[in-house]
This record gives sequence, C-alpha cells and structure tokens, in this order.
Amino acid sequence: MADETPDTPDTPDASADDAVTDASAVAVEEVPAIDPAVAALFERFEAALGDGVVDHADSFGTLVVRVKPDAWKRAAEVARADLDCDYLSFISGIDWMPAPKPAGDEGGDTSAPVQPDTMTFGVTGSDGRLQVFAHVQSTTRHWGVTIKTDVADPAPTVDSWVSVYPGADWHERECWEMYGVDFSGHPKIRHLYLPGEFEGNPLRKDFALLAREVKPWPGLVDVEPMPGDDTEEGDS
Amino acid sequence: MPHMTLALEIGWGTTLAIKTLLVLAIIPVGALILGYTFLLKMMSHMQSRLGPMDPGGFHGWFQLVGDGIKFLQKEDIMPAESDRRVFAMAPAIVVISTFLIFLVVPTGPRLVVKDLDVGVFYALAVSSLSVVGVLMAGWASANKFALIGALRAAAQLIAYELPLLLAVVGVVIQAGTMSLQGIVGAQVDGSIFGFSGLGNPFILTQFVGFFLFLIAAQAELTQTPFDMPVAESELVAGYMVEYTGFRFLFFFIGEFGTAFAFAALAATMYLGGWAIPGVTGGMADLLGPLVLFVKLMGVAFLMFWVRFTYPRLREDQLQAVAWKYLIPIGLLNIIVTAIIKVAV
Amino acid sequence: MTSTETPGFEVDPALYSNLAGSQVNVELDTGDMILNLGPQHPATHGTLRLVVRLDGERVVAADPVIGYMHRGYEKLSEFRTYPQITTLINRIDWLSSFANEVPFVHGAEQLMGIEAPPRAQWIRTILTELSRIATIYLFLGEMGLQVGALTPAFWGFRDRELVLNLIESATGGRFHPNFNRIGGLKDDLPWGWIAECRTTMDKILRGCDDFEDVLVGNEIFEARTRGIGIIPGELGAAYGVSGANLRASGIDWDLRRDGKPYLAYPELDFKVWTHSDGDSFARYWVRLQETREAVRMVIQLLDGLPAGPIMAKVPRIIKVPEGEVWVETENPLGQMGYYIVSKGATGPFRVKIRSASFSNVSILPWLLRGVYVPDVITIMGSLYFILGDIDR
Repeated sequence: MADETPDTPDTPDASADDAVTDASAVAVEEVPAIDPAVAALFERFEAALGDGVVDHADSFGTLVVRVKPDAWKRAAEVARADLDCDYLSFISGIDWMPAPKPAGDEGGDTSAPVQPDTMTFGVTGSDGRLQVFAHVQSTTRHWGVTIKTDVADPAPTVDSWVSVYPGADWHERECWEMYGVDFSGHPKIRHLYLPGEFEGNPLRKDFALLAREVKPWPGLVDVEPMPGDDTEEGDS
Repeated sequence: MPHMTLALEIGWGTTLAIKTLLVLAIIPVGALILGYTFLLKMMSHMQSRLGPMDPGGFHGWFQLVGDGIKFLQKEDIMPAESDRRVFAMAPAIVVISTFLIFLVVPTGPRLVVKDLDVGVFYALAVSSLSVVGVLMAGWASANKFALIGALRAAAQLIAYELPLLLAVVGVVIQAGTMSLQGIVGAQVDGSIFGFSGLGNPFILTQFVGFFLFLIAAQAELTQTPFDMPVAESELVAGYMVEYTGFRFLFFFIGEFGTAFAFAALAATMYLGGWAIPGVTGGMADLLGPLVLFVKLMGVAFLMFWVRFTYPRLREDQLQAVAWKYLIPIGLLNIIVTAIIKVAV
Repeated sequence: MTSTETPGFEVDPALYSNLAGSQVNVELDTGDMILNLGPQHPATHGTLRLVVRLDGERVVAADPVIGYMHRGYEKLSEFRTYPQITTLINRIDWLSSFANEVPFVHGAEQLMGIEAPPRAQWIRTILTELSRIATIYLFLGEMGLQVGALTPAFWGFRDRELVLNLIESATGGRFHPNFNRIGGLKDDLPWGWIAECRTTMDKILRGCDDFEDVLVGNEIFEARTRGIGIIPGELGAAYGVSGANLRASGIDWDLRRDGKPYLAYPELDFKVWTHSDGDSFARYWVRLQETREAVRMVIQLLDGLPAGPIMAKVPRIIKVPEGEVWVETENPLGQMGYYIVSKGATGPFRVKIRSASFSNVSILPWLLRGVYVPDVITIMGSLYFILGDIDR
C-alpha cells in the first residue's frame, strides 16, 4: 500500500501554473486552428450538401455545421448516406435569448449565475433566437457531426427526421414541447414528458423557473461568506 | 396398544368431529410448516440471507404466524367493480379443494379419514376444483391482470391435469388398486427382485412417473417454472392481485396447503407413504404420521428447490412442454408398465 | 455529390399510435384489450408506463409513456453553477452516478482548458468502472427476476453491495458520490482501499461465474430470451440505441475505445465484446462479459495507478469561457453525452443531456410488436433502463 499516499488535495503542485491563465484566455475563436480530420469531414459534408451549408466550426474536435432550414432534412440524409453517420445521438433545441431578469434588479432570485445580457449565438452563429441542433455519429468511422439550423421565432417549423432516423421520434416530441418547434412530417407529434394539457415551452428562456420565482434559493438565506472570499459573493 | 384401540371405539359422531378438526387443522399447519421451512428459511439461505430471525426467538419461527395475525387485522377491500359474491367465494373454494384432498391420504394403517376405493381418482379430481376458484377470483376481480392470470391458470391447470393423471395411472396399474391405502399396502408387500425387506417403493419402478408427477404437480401448484398465472414481474400477482387481508391469506394457505397435499400424495404413491420397513400394527399407527411427514418434506424440498432456482416458462412454451413431452412420456410409461405387469 | 439512394426507414404510422390518450377503461372495440403496465408495476424499475394493445396475449401496439419522473435537469442546470450541477446529474442514472459526473466535468474542463492530473484521471477511471460493475451486476441478477428466477436477483444485490461499499469508502457516497471536481477529484483514495478492491473484484468474478451457471446455462432462460426482442444493428443505431444493447446487435462500437480519448482508457488493454444475435440473450451475454472485462480493467488500473496530485490548479470561482462542447462517454447503459454551451458565466447557458436509456427505450414501440406479454417484460428487462436516465 505504499503507493496510496493520502496527500492533501488542496495543495496542488506549483507545476500546474498555466491553469489559471488558460481558463481566462481560451475564448473560442473557432476559425484559426481547425483539426485536419474535422476539416476533411466537413469537405465530405459540404460536397454532398452543396449550398445548404451556412457555416461550420471545429468545436473541441467535433464538427459543427450550420445548415439552412430547408436543407435540414437533406443534411440528415447526407450525414447518413455520405458520412456513414448511422447513429442518431440526439436532437434538441436551444434558445439564445438571454433570460429575462426576474423581479427587476432588486429582490427575486439572484442565486442563478449571471449570464450576459446580449444575445450571442455560439460557434456557428444564428439568425434568430431559436435553433434546432442534432448530433449524429458513425459507429464504423467513429466520427460525429453536430448539425444546427435556425428556426423562425413566432412559428418555428422544421422538417422531421423520422424517416431518416426513426429514433428522431421522441427527440422531436421533446423538442416540440420544450421549445415549441414544430416538426413537419412527424407522424404524430404530442407531448412526451409533460402532461397533455401543459401550456408553455419550459426550456425557452422566457419560461420562468417557477420554483425560483415563488421562493428564493434556500442557499441564499444565512449565507456565510467563505473564508477569504471577499470578491464575488459578498453580501451584495 | 390398548389406548390406541380405545380411540377407535368412541362413537361415530365424536370420531367425525375429531377427524374434521384434524383435517381442518392440517391445512394451516402444513402451510405454515412449508412456508416457514422453505419459503422463509431455505429460500433465504439459497439467496445468501438469513430470513426472519427475531420473531419467536428461534430463527424467527413465529414470523408466519405473526403474518397471519396481521392479515386478519387488515381491512377487507373489494374493488368497486367486482362481482362481490363470487369475489368472496373464490378463496374459500381454493382452500376447500385442498382440504378435500386430505380426506383420503392415509397416515397409518388405520389413520385415514376415509379410505375410498377410488382414492387416487378422488384426490386428483378434487384438486382440480381449485381451477374453478382461480377462475372465479380472476373474473370477479374486475382487473385485467387478474383476468389474464386466471385464464392462464385455467389453460395451464387443464393442460397439466393430463400428465398428472397419466403419471398416476402407472402406479395404479402396478398396485392394482386405486385406493391410496391399497397403494401403500402394495408397496409394503412388494419386493425388489425377490428381496422383500424394504418392500417396493414405487419410485424404483415408477421413477418416470414420479418425475412426471413432480413436474405436473409443480404446474398444478403454479410454482416456478410454471408460475405464469401469478408471474409477479408481469402480472403483478395474477388472479390474486386484488385480494387483501384474510382473503389473501386464504390463497396463501391454499397455495402452501396444496403443496403439502401434493407432497403427501407423492410420498404416499411413490415413497411408501406412512410405512417404514419392520414397523407394523399399532406402532405403525403411532409412527405413521411422522414417517409420512419426513417423506413429504423430502418431496417438498425438491419442489421448492426447483421453485427458487428456475426462471419461468412462457405460456406457449409451458403448453408445449405438457403436450409435446410430458403427455407422450406419460403414455409411454403406462404402456411399459402395463406390458411388464402382464408379462411378470 | 453522389447521394446514391435516399437512406432511411419507412415511417409506419402504427408505431406512433397514441394509446396513452385512449380511454383505457372504456373500450368500444372489444376485439383487442388495452392493458396498462405501470406507472406502478414491478417490471418497470420505477415509473414507466407502458400502454399495450393486446390481441389475446399478443401485443399489437405498444406506447411507452414517460415523464412521471421528469425533473427538468436541463432547465435547472441553467440556474446552477458548474459545481452545483454535478449534484443534479448524479441523479440521472442513479445506479452509476459517478459515471454521469465524468463527462460533464470533463466537458467543463475542456472548455476551461485544464486537464486533471493523471492520478485523478486513473482514479476516475477506476470509479467509473466500479459503477459500471455495480450497475450491470444488478442487471445480471435482475434479469433472472424478470424471467421468474428469484434467487439470482438477490445475488446481484449481494455482490453489488460490496462494490457500493468500495465506492462509499472512497467517495463518501454510496449512490451519489459527487466526487468529481472540475480539475480533479475531491480526495485521494483511502488507506487499504486497493487491497479491498482487489478482493472484491475476485468476488465479482466468482459471482459472474455463478450467473453463468444459473442463468446462461439454463434451458428455460435460453428459451425465454433467445430470439426474443431482436434489434437489427442498423435500425438500433438509427434509433440511437447504444451501449451493450447495440453491441449485442453486432455493432462493434464502444466509446471507450472508439470515441475521443478520455480518462485512462487509451492506456488500458481491454476487449469490446459483441454478439451477433441482437436478442435478449445476446444483451445478457454481452453485459456478463462486460462485467468481467470491467473487472480486468479495474485490476489493470490498480496495478498501474500513477502517483501525484489529484487536483489541477483551478481558480476559486469557476468561470467557464465562452464556447460549446460536446462530450460523450460510454456509460454502463450506453452513450451518455452533454452538449454544454457556455457564455462565460459561472453557470452554463444551456446543457443538453443525452442520456442512454431515453434512446434505448424509444425503440420499444417497434420492438414490442407481435411479442407475447411475458416477452414484453423480458425485452424491457434486457434493454435495461433506469427511469431517471429516461426522464432526466
């Protein structure tokens, strides 16, 4: 048992000095260094899909492609036929709008991490606040691609993938109820998680987390400042 | 043994009362013994646990009695949509069918409630009465799980009635009588290749029949691997799903009581029943119940060993086992037995 | 380019029938019976509701209804800081909580550009494999219960307890360790843990032999599972079925070997087991072999455990730079992934949780057509899902 030295973890080596600087320096400016493998994968994708592609990026070794909304279903077919992506990992949505601050500046819930007020759109950008994105993978080639597309805000609609990936069924039902995105061509879109009479789209940013509205985060009450902690979480 | 003869000289009314009480007592007692020994203890040890240890002091022997008392205290719930009268009658019918079997099982040369000439036939006939109770329970519960369970039980019990009967026919042919007492007698008087010291327990000649009987009895008892009707992982509890309190207790007693009865029948027909070599007369009356009990526990051990080890068959596979394998084997067994009987 | 043929599958409307919406107790057509399995049912491991339309004992259509345990972790994650989120995701697949934490913490580390020191990576790998053993070992026993054999289930619980004890003594939590920190681990292994782990691994191996004797070699078990619930590999992948369920259909794909390198897996020697049948038996068999493989891996890891710190240098307040990352790991139940979108705050802007059971179960409507009621249980048991992993 000589190798089990229960040393204290709170005194890390001084050798790991670059961590702090790294953490603040790595903002994801995707364009410069793109992995050759990812680039090659994108070549294949673009060759097959043509002008349906809007933008692409290499996000930590994963190809992210943003396609036009009308090329959404064709992107799936291309991924399946030309990229050998036979495996559907997930389909989901994202709402880029910053969450409205509850109850103004004072009061309300202040425990949630403060997100920037401006709307930014991630690595491949977006036209509006709502996007649908999916990840497909190849079980033989061991690569994967994340495909994104923009959907309109008032009445978001996009083609269904059910005929390409049957597994899209539940994912699209989830996305439909969580973001209100309609999938045209889905055989029967209906609630998946939520009860049938539920109203609203919970994962949209303007759908308030009711628990936090009703009662502030219990962790806020009697919060003692951490020893040596006088910068961030004081008694504001 | 003057006091033994004394007991037989009391009036018929008193005798009847004593007999009735004894038979009435034997079902819950048998169920308790089997339940405790096998369900609580043997199964627990097979599964690397101890089972109940505290109630009653010694290895939790009181646990089942306590459970019984608990069941009696419980609220008697009937589903609103149930057919109330049928619902209430069903458990009683299941228990009565068990109860009736014990009337013909001999526990000594003179210790038998009624030694019918058609004892075997009678025992098997009344044992299948329980199907009616099960069907009633399933139908009256107004529950789909219960109904599916009951229909499965009916299909299964009918299918396995045949191999059970065919297995017993071998014994009947060899013994030349359908009376259970006669069968025991045939085993006591028999000889193995001329050596008559041990008699001739029919398990030696009817071993095929014995295993047929055990398998079919397992199905009759709806025990694993034939427990489709109560399959707890799919039908929750099958036809018993809506039963609570003492009505459920009845089913429980019926289940283990019937296991007790079938083990007793198997011990009687194949292992020589109450007889052990060299003990006759009054002594046999005295030791008979004990001997039968020991043999019966041996048979029950086999049954429960299988029950706690095997997965269960699917309904169609279960039917296939009965019709494709057990029944042909049973018929073959009868033919061979008959040929040997005539030839020897 | 050459989009030779339009790939895809025929959309069969029968698979999308809304059985759950039908009035279960008022049946106008008397030919078929609608049976409601769950949400309270012994075979559903929690609160899955399965509405099946039966013709006799044969399933005509099945509609799984989920969401009885939906806790909205994706929404809640937007209101938590990164260290707080690990407590939430612990409860997704509650049988292998530690394995849930790893990809999330890994993703945050990637975004921050830090890397946990080797010792931390190795200990993470050990604990991930231990939770894999704990999860699958329970399955090995419970599968017996699903087909009616009571005893193996208790063996499963018995030996899993030993593994949970190990996890507890290392992390302090049996089910929800919450042991990962961004940049490393909370603590080092306690004294004597490695020796204890070795003896436990021996017991697990012996337990696997027991399962092989009692179930795999049992004719009734084979009769109940062989040819039941066959998932064709191609269709399974298109449904997003992953993990042992997909490998049992002949698809040789394991993220520990084939995905982006993570933890200490690139340095380990292990075999990815596959089976060509794709039925319930194959799924059982593959998991049995995977348990043994996991034991082998744990022993290798114990042998080669490097010394050194267990925590990288991380800032006191964890702020994750802007970016988005997709991290995936091979969890006991299949592919577990997080798509983390950060906007430079102390908490993520959006976390998409890709859990294995969700996709594994989504194939049920296709898989359950035409089988018998008992097979429904066999198939659900062999797919092995955790409700928390479906509902999130």
